Amino acid sequence: MKKKKEKKEEVTQKCEQMGRRDFLKKGCELAAAATLFVGFLPMRKAIPDSKATLPRSPGNKDYNWEDHLYAYIIDTQKCIGCGLCVQACRKENNVPEDFFRTWVERYQVSERGEVEIDSPKGGEESFGPALPGFNVSKGYFVPKMCNHCSNSPCIQVCPVGASYQTKDGVVLVDQKRCIGCGYCIQACPYASRFLNPETKIAEKCTWCYHRITQGLKPACVQACPVGARLFGDVKKEDDPVRKILATERLAVLQPEKLTKPSCYYLGLDKAVR
Amino acid sequence: MTEAAQFLFPNDLHIHWSLMIVMYPYITGFVAGAFVVSSLYHVFHIKQLAPLARFALLTSFAFLCVATLPLLNHLGHPERAMNIMITPHFSSAMAGFGIIFNFYFILVLLELWLIYRRDIIEMAKESRGFKRLLYKVLALGVYDVSPQALEKDHKIVTFLAAVGIPAACFLHGYVGFLFGALKANPWWSTPLMPVIFLFSAMVSGIALLIVLYQVAMKISGRPIDQPCISKMAQLLWLFMIITVSLELLEIITLAYEQSEVWEIIHPLLTHQLSFSFISIQMILGSLIPFILLMGMVLLNRYLHEKVRNTIAFVASTLLIIQVFAMRWNVVIGGQIFSKSLRGFRDYHPLFLEKEGVLAAILIFILPFTILFVLNCILPAFQPRHVRHD
Repeated sequence: MKKKKEKKEEVTQKCEQMGRRDFLKKGCELAAAATLFVGFLPMRKAIPDSKATLPRSPGNKDYNWEDHLYAYIIDTQKCIGCGLCVQACRKENNVPEDFFRTWVERYQVSERGEVEIDSPKGGEESFGPALPGFNVSKGYFVPKMCNHCSNSPCIQVCPVGASYQTKDGVVLVDQKRCIGCGYCIQACPYASRFLNPETKIAEKCTWCYHRITQGLKPACVQACPVGARLFGDVKKEDDPVRKILATERLAVLQPEKLTKPSCYYLGLDKAVR
Repeated sequence: MTEAAQFLFPNDLHIHWSLMIVMYPYITGFVAGAFVVSSLYHVFHIKQLAPLARFALLTSFAFLCVATLPLLNHLGHPERAMNIMITPHFSSAMAGFGIIFNFYFILVLLELWLIYRRDIIEMAKESRGFKRLLYKVLALGVYDVSPQALEKDHKIVTFLAAVGIPAACFLHGYVGFLFGALKANPWWSTPLMPVIFLFSAMVSGIALLIVLYQVAMKISGRPIDQPCISKMAQLLWLFMIITVSLELLEIITLAYEQSEVWEIIHPLLTHQLSFSFISIQMILGSLIPFILLMGMVLLNRYLHEKVRNTIAFVASTLLIIQVFAMRWNVVIGGQIFSKSLRGFRDYHPLFLEKEGVLAAILIFILPFTILFVLNCILPAFQPRHVRHD
């Protein structure tokens, strides 16, 4: 008992030895050290990250999503199947291996009407030579991606409202709300969604929302060397995409599904689904 | 124009809804089917089912307890599962899960308690120690067993059993609707899907009860009630005819229409699913039990007790397998073709993976374990007071 009492007294004495001034001084030092430590943590991480200069949305505070409505046009007559768009997408969005936010399909049609379709690795490494003995009378490439439908089955079936459409017309997935049930993946007729094997969350093309809200083009559009992919804002008067939408004859994928895609095709062949 | 051979959309290489999603409708099918059997006695007064009425409800409850397990095991983020109930997005059929499941769970629990109330009170009075405590807790502090109170119980039970029929239909019809209302998938997208699911649930529920009843009687050394088995076999035959007719009707329509989708459904049924669809679901699971049950129903008077029991047992076992094959063919069959409608992928669940065969077996064993424990606490086959109404 005595020993315990003595110990208690020692502790109180030690506390009393540290005056108010000392306490404040030590406190300030500690605070400064902590600020420096915490401040440097993200910086150290940010330096090797090439995207550090591009803050993720909603980084652009001046951006008002009601001022925009985006549309995407794919010109199948121009696509050369180089696969640069697929590569750019994978790098920009860190798309897991074996999955695709965008991909390119190759169609080869013979004179007799036989169709050969392939998309090795989503066309990422471009395409090999045509099948030997297959007499190709016409051939073309069709890039594909999420169609950002305005009547989208994926948003409809999400049981927790994790899939939603922004006011500027982009279909996104709330990463913090998705439960990973996979219902949206089943509901998408274009197979443009997948379950990310690492995050276990439904993933798809976002039209690079973090870029477009900064006034940039999606990575795939920027990477395309032949201008087969066009991205624009139909609320801007002088937008080339708006002009094409107004004047050209366009098609959408699986129109019978009535999903109202915002992704339009020029020169789409009947063999494409 | 000749169609392209074997082209899959690049994201279609993986199957998202695994064996667990096969297990979910399989288990809820037993829930709905067994419940309706108990309601057939309570509401429609099919007297022959009296020996099974309590056991059917207990079975339904045991399977209901594990119905969510395969779903939880399948979810990418099971820790967010409650989002379905807290923030449901009602344009989705799946968002109805919380409401339908909880409503049904409460209903079954309530009916179970009211049916067993008198037994619970008497067992609480007769037993000592822990057992007494258990039954006292189960009695919920209500010890009124006056004829008026029992009459009231009976009325509420009848009402709950009646409300439970549409509830059970909803619980299982909704599962069918989840598949049937997806326009992206031609093998699922049909208004017949909920109806097929419902009737196959009835088949699986009745078949399971026939098997379990016979096993339970064998174990306890009691005689198997013959009018009950005959009636159950009759009902099983009826419901299996409706189920198989609907299943075939859907396929015949697709084939007859010669629509675009038949180009993928035809090879799906004759190649990819030839074993599970043609051999298991149609021949072993439908044709053979159909013949067996037809013989049993038509020649019922002339059959020896043992023959009757054996035929019912064998036909029921085959039908339990048939319903599993049907769930497999719907859930997996709908995913092994690509949405390009031009190619197939493969699915072979591994034994030890998270959503693999072992997990499915464990989830399937669990309700039987629960049923065994429940039956020890609330014996279904020794009614202390047989009601004649």
